Amino acid sequence: MSREWPLWEVFIRGQHGLNHRHVGSLHAPDAEMAIKHARDVYTRRNEGVSIWVVPSAAISASRPSEKGPLFEPAESKIYRHPTFYDIPDDIGHM
Amino acid sequence: MYAQMVKSEGMKSLDEMSPEERAFQERIDRGEKIEPRDWMPEGYRKTLIRQIGQHAHSEIVGQLPEGNWITRAPTLERKAILLAKVQDEAGHGLYLYCAAETLGVSRDELLEKLHSGKMKYSSIFNYPTLTWADMGAVGWLVDGAAIMNQVPLQRTSYGPYSRAMIRICKEESFHQRQGYHIMMKLARGTEAQKRMAQDALNRFWYPSLMMFGPSDKDSVHSAQSMAWKIKMNTNDELRQKFVDQTVPQAEYLGLTVPDEGLRWNDEKGGYDFTEPDWSEFFEVIKGNGPCNKERLGARVQAWEGGAWVRDGLMAHAKKHAAAKLAAE
Repeated sequence: MSREWPLWEVFIRGQHGLNHRHVGSLHAPDAEMAIKHARDVYTRRNEGVSIWVVPSAAISASRPSEKGPLFEPAESKIYRHPTFYDIPDDIGHM
Repeated sequence: MYAQMVKSEGMKSLDEMSPEERAFQERIDRGEKIEPRDWMPEGYRKTLIRQIGQHAHSEIVGQLPEGNWITRAPTLERKAILLAKVQDEAGHGLYLYCAAETLGVSRDELLEKLHSGKMKYSSIFNYPTLTWADMGAVGWLVDGAAIMNQVPLQRTSYGPYSRAMIRICKEESFHQRQGYHIMMKLARGTEAQKRMAQDALNRFWYPSLMMFGPSDKDSVHSAQSMAWKIKMNTNDELRQKFVDQTVPQAEYLGLTVPDEGLRWNDEKGGYDFTEPDWSEFFEVIKGNGPCNKERLGARVQAWEGGAWVRDGLMAHAKKHAAAKLAAE
């Protein structure tokens, strides 16, 4: 039987005002220890102002095979971008 | 390098490949990153587990030769620096283990393979660190050689490995610079200190050259790994680059590279140098280096001695989770 500590995904807020961002993972017995380990493993050089840890098992992910159906529909909808519209320079900034 | 002589599986031409294998190779050729849940050939997965695992083991075992000097560093500042460096090596090991685990191998499995000798770590860490100057030589030469290999690996095809290498490279430059700084101090010191620096260079020069692995003509696994972009340069290319970069640094220190065959070759725009003794390399890889038993022994002891801590913390976490559930 494996006695391995569970795996956690680590998210760090690099600076005030930014999103937490996934930086990696680590093993820890519980959330409290996971935060302590994350501090030692991922913020040794002032990389963060806040840490989130999430049990890796709690993350649901899209399947690579679903990439087409999920993301391709957005490709043809170029009218969602401002550059789709030709607006005369004369009217000023828009 | 930190991963030496990693066995790689088979090598097929595009025509011999199954449609999946072909699509996979074409993704790599286009420069796309492969992510953990993507389809990949078994050989790619297995080779990467070996390579990243060996790299991780090297970082972890690599703490030992330097840990040897933490309590005996000459000043409090040097001690703090050395501690920070050794802590970085632990961190680098952890980034890499996590990258390997995304390929479906468990941490315990990797450690079991290290402890039983089924997986290797870099030959360089089987040499002893006899004097304080060795801390200089290790940072300057060993980390210097590691950087030479790791910088191109930031572009490797496997996403988690590439991201781990990017983090590692950001941190590694300090390691080499602090080592060279130690050498500068000693080289400008007393005669005895200068001799100590020269002695460290003498002992670490050839073992550092061995870090890049055997010559390309004897390196059977290179082609497939290069096609998969998990090896970016040949062993000889990197070794040449290392020599060309390091010789002027030794000259600046006023130290002599212990190679009578060392000569600038105008034609190739690099140094000609003497190859390390490859029979020594193979002996070290087989487990017969000066410190193999000591290094592996220290790792096994740390793992076994720490078992009660790991189990205790897990038991505590389970008890707390149960109590929390009962309270809800």
